[in-house]
Amino acid sequence: MIIDYFMFLKVFIVGGLICTLAQVLINYTKITSGKILVIFLLLGVFFGAIGLYEPLVKFAGAGATIPISGFGFLLADGARKGAKESLFGALTGGIKSAGIGITAAIVFGFIFALLSKARSKRN
Amino acid sequence: MENSKFINDNFINYVSKVSPRTNEVRTLFRAFWVGGLICCLGQSFRMLFENVFSLSDDVLAAYVSMVMIFLGGLLTAFGVYDRIGKYAGAGSIVPITGFANSVVSPAIEFKTEGYIYGLASKMFVIAGPIIVFGISSSVLVGLIYYFIYNVL
Repeated sequence: MIIDYFMFLKVFIVGGLICTLAQVLINYTKITSGKILVIFLLLGVFFGAIGLYEPLVKFAGAGATIPISGFGFLLADGARKGAKESLFGALTGGIKSAGIGITAAIVFGFIFALLSKARSKRN
Repeated sequence: MENSKFINDNFINYVSKVSPRTNEVRTLFRAFWVGGLICCLGQSFRMLFENVFSLSDDVLAAYVSMVMIFLGGLLTAFGVYDRIGKYAGAGSIVPITGFANSVVSPAIEFKTEGYIYGLASKMFVIAGPIIVFGISSSVLVGLIYYFIYNVL
């Protein structure tokens, strides 16, 4: 098994920079974390739709797909591929490719919440 | 009146002097290295699955995000992720593990209000907007590209 260490460096820097950009928004504007997630998701959808996010995914792998903008990219990319086939594909393509993430979050979330004791968020 | 203005100004000065200053460069650094590290964890799963199961690129990305969501949920259930969040800020919010955290954390917190109106509905306090904007914008993108591919 060959490990590409240079790839990890690229992943670390790109993933880290995306998070730093979000932190800049949190520090210098009064945007809450929920809005940050929506903004980065929409940025991912936008850059995915115009075809600029895919080169970043090719370059940095998980550094581009693990941040929430990668989720947006998946949605836009799926919609774009679906649109090539049919109108139905255009409408369902996004959720088809992002479905696994939503399903995992809901099912695992449900199970973990069932299993853990109710407690308020630690502050 | 003038006196109260004077007291107000003094008070504001006092508060800004006493309240803890968030060291902004430090929060940026923390977000950078924790966020980068979480992405590297995802990348190592990606390489592992690639070598062990030899999957295609799309399926690979799906499995990696599934594992990362699982881990994010698990760490939230153990109360660890909220502590990471206090340290790392956006470094823990923006990765997909933060999405899992935003689902599991309110679900646990509101479990006492019942399984339907508590757990199941509060799960989507933060994830709901993401799904609403995500799916709506993807439909918009799909329609635009359908128009470009088939009408033009």
